Amino acid sequence: MGFLDIDNTTKSYGAVEVLHKVDISVEEGEFLVLVGPSGCGKSTLLNMIAGLEDITSGEIRIKDKVMNGVHPSRRNIAMVFQSYALYPNMTVGQNITFGLEMHGTPKPAREKAMKDVAELLQIEQLLDRKPGALSGGQRQRVAMGRALVRDPDVFLFDEPLSNLDAKLRVDMRTEIKKLHQKLGTTIVYVTHDQIEAMTLSTRIAVMYGGYVQQLGTPQEIYDSPANVFVATFMGSPAMNVVPAKVALKAGKPVANVALHDGSTVSLPFSQNNLAAWDGRDIMLGIRPETITDEDAADRKSTNIARMTNRIEVTEPAGSDTFVTMTLGGTDVIARMRSDADVRPGADFPFAVNMEKAVAFDPETEMRIAP
Amino acid sequence: MSVATQDTAIRTGRVARTLIYLVLLLFALFYLLPLYVMVVNSVKPLNEITGGGMMNLPQVFTLEPWAKAWSSAQIGVEPTGLQPYFWNSIKMVVPAVAISTVLGALNGYVLTKWRFRGDTILFGLMLFACFIPFQIVLIPMARMLGLMGMAGTTQGLVLVHVVYGIGFTTLYFRNYYAVFPTELIRAAQIDGAGFFQIFWRILLPSSGPIAVVSIIWQFTNIWNDFLFGASFAGANSQPMTVALNNLVQASHGVKEYNVHFAGAILAALPTLLVYIVAGRYFVRGLMAGSVKG
Ligand SMILES: Nc1ncnc2c1ncn2[C@@H]1O[C@H](COP(=O)(O)OP(=O)(O)OP(=O)(O)O)[C@@H](O)[C@H]1O
Ligand SMILES: [Mg+2]
Repeated sequence: MGFLDIDNTTKSYGAVEVLHKVDISVEEGEFLVLVGPSGCGKSTLLNMIAGLEDITSGEIRIKDKVMNGVHPSRRNIAMVFQSYALYPNMTVGQNITFGLEMHGTPKPAREKAMKDVAELLQIEQLLDRKPGALSGGQRQRVAMGRALVRDPDVFLFDEPLSNLDAKLRVDMRTEIKKLHQKLGTTIVYVTHDQIEAMTLSTRIAVMYGGYVQQLGTPQEIYDSPANVFVATFMGSPAMNVVPAKVALKAGKPVANVALHDGSTVSLPFSQNNLAAWDGRDIMLGIRPETITDEDAADRKSTNIARMTNRIEVTEPAGSDTFVTMTLGGTDVIARMRSDADVRPGADFPFAVNMEKAVAFDPETEMRIAP
Repeated sequence: MSVATQDTAIRTGRVARTLIYLVLLLFALFYLLPLYVMVVNSVKPLNEITGGGMMNLPQVFTLEPWAKAWSSAQIGVEPTGLQPYFWNSIKMVVPAVAISTVLGALNGYVLTKWRFRGDTILFGLMLFACFIPFQIVLIPMARMLGLMGMAGTTQGLVLVHVVYGIGFTTLYFRNYYAVFPTELIRAAQIDGAGFFQIFWRILLPSSGPIAVVSIIWQFTNIWNDFLFGASFAGANSQPMTVALNNLVQASHGVKEYNVHFAGAILAALPTLLVYIVAGRYFVRGLMAGSVKG
C-alpha cells in the first residue's frame, strides 16, 4: 500500500463517466504530476482527492485511511488553486492562518507557524497587505504559504503556475522543486504543460479522455511511451510518427519509409521482436533530437541509420535549428545544431538514432513492446 | 487623411457633447421643479399660497408648517402630527430591510455555492415572485395574517414586506455570487470553515456593493409603500405614507397646503438620506472591486 492510493476510482456526472477506473498508488515524498489536455479529468481527479468532488466508485486512501465521504478539512491535505483563491478581505497573514484558526489552533501557535512559513517563502514584508496589493508571483507564494502552514500529508496543486508570465513560471517552477526537495512532502500536481510535468515530477500520469494513458517516471514516459497519444503529447517539438512497413534484411527487421521523392529508405530496428511484423504496416516514432547530422549523432548509440532527404523548411531557434522534411508522406521535424549547414531545398544526409526509435501498432496505436 | 477625420471626429464630439449636456440640464430642471415648489411652499405662510404665486420665493420665511406637520397636524381624528407614524415606519422598515437582505444573501449563497437538485427551478419561482402585482396578494395575505394573529401589527407588515422583497434580494445576491470565485469557497472548505463561517468570513465581507443595492432598493420600496400599509396596518402601526394621505385628505377645515408640502417632504426625507449616505458607499464599493490586479 502506498501513502496515497487511488484505487479503481471512477467519476460520473449523471450518466456520463468522465474518469474511468483510475488506479494510482503514490509513495510518501513522491511528486506525482497529472498531465493531459484540457478536459481530460485532471482537476476532477485532484478534487476527488481533496474531497471537493464525490467519488462515484472505487476508493481513495491516504495513509491507509479510506477518504470516501470524509470532509476536505479532515483529510489533512492542502491545496493550491489556479486562481490562488486568496481571501480578498483578509491580509496575507490572516489568509495564511485562517485554516489553523478554523482548526482551533491557539493564537500564539498560529503566529509562530505563520512566521516560519513567511520566512521560508520570503514573504515577511507582505504579511499586512491585502491580496489585491500583491503581484502574481507574490500571490503564488502566499497561496503556497497557506498550504504549507497546515503541515499536510499531501499537497495538491491545480495548475498553480498557469496564470504567471513565462519567466516567472520558470522561476516558480524551480522554487517549487526546491521546496519539495527541502521538505520532502508528498505532492500531486496538475498541469497541462508537459515541460512542467517532465521537470518537476518523480512520476507522471498522462491522462486523456478520462483514462490514465501511462504512469511512469519522466524517463519512461519519454523513452517508452505506451501509445501514440503519450508519444506525441510529451516532448516539444512532438515525436514524429510516420507510417512505415516492416521488412527483413539479413534476418533483421527494418522499417521501410518513403522519402520526399517517393523512393524508399530502410531504417534498421534495434528491437528484434519486430521481425514478427514482417510485411506489415506500423507507425514509426522518432524524436526530433534523434534526427541529426552525422557529426552530432549520439556516439554511444550502436544503431545509427543514414538517409538523404530534401530539407523543406528551416527554423533557427537560437540554440537549435529545427528542420522540416517530408518522410512517409508527413512532415517530420529534426532538431539540428544551430551551426549545421542546412538550407531549404537542399538534399541533406541525416543520421537517425534508431536505438531510440519506437514502433506502434497502427490499429490500436499501442506501442509494440520490445 | 486619417488626421483630418480624427479632427472632425473631435469637433463633432464637442458639439454632440454640448447638446447632450443641454438636454440633460433641461431634464434635470424638469425633475427638480416639483421639489422646488414643495420646498418654497413649505416655508411660506398659508396666505401667500392661497393668494396665488406658487412659484414665488417666500416673502415671510417660516418653519411653522414643518413644526405643525411633524407634531400637531390633524391626522384622522387625533392632532398628533406625523411624528408617531414616522416611528411606525422606522419600526417596520428597519427589520424588514435587514431580514430580507440577510435572507436574500443566504439564498444567493446557497443557490450559487451549495447547488442542489432543482435549484434553478426554485430560483425561477422566486424570480416569478418579483412579478406578482401587489393587488393579487392582498386578500390571501390578509387571511394569512389573520390566521397567524398578526393582523394590524407592525410584525405583520414586516412579514409581508420580507416575503415580497425576498425575490428581489435573492436575485441581486444570486447574480453577484454567481461570479464570486467558487475556488475561494473550496479553499475555505479545505481550511475547515463551515457553511456559516464561509458565509460570514469570506462571502459577506466582499458583498458590500450588492448589499448597498439591496438595502437601497428595499428601503425605498418599503418606506414608500402605501397599499400594504393601508391594507394591513392597524391604528397603531400605520406607516408614514398612510398618515400623509390622511393628512392631505382631511375633509374638514381649510386646506393647509404649506403643512401638506412640509409633510410630504418629511415623508420623502429618509429615502433621500439613504441615497445620499449609502450611494457614496455604493460607488466606493464598485471602485474597490474594479482595482483588482
Ligand atoms: N459538473 C460537471 N458536470 C458535468 N460534466 C463535468 C462537470 N465538471 C466537469 N465535467 C466534465 O468532466 C471532464 C473533466 O473535467 P476537468 O475539469 O477535470 O478537466 P481538466 O483536465 O482539469 O481540464 P483543464 O485542463 O481544462 O482544467 C470534462 O469533460 C468536463 O466537461
Ligand atoms: Mg482543470
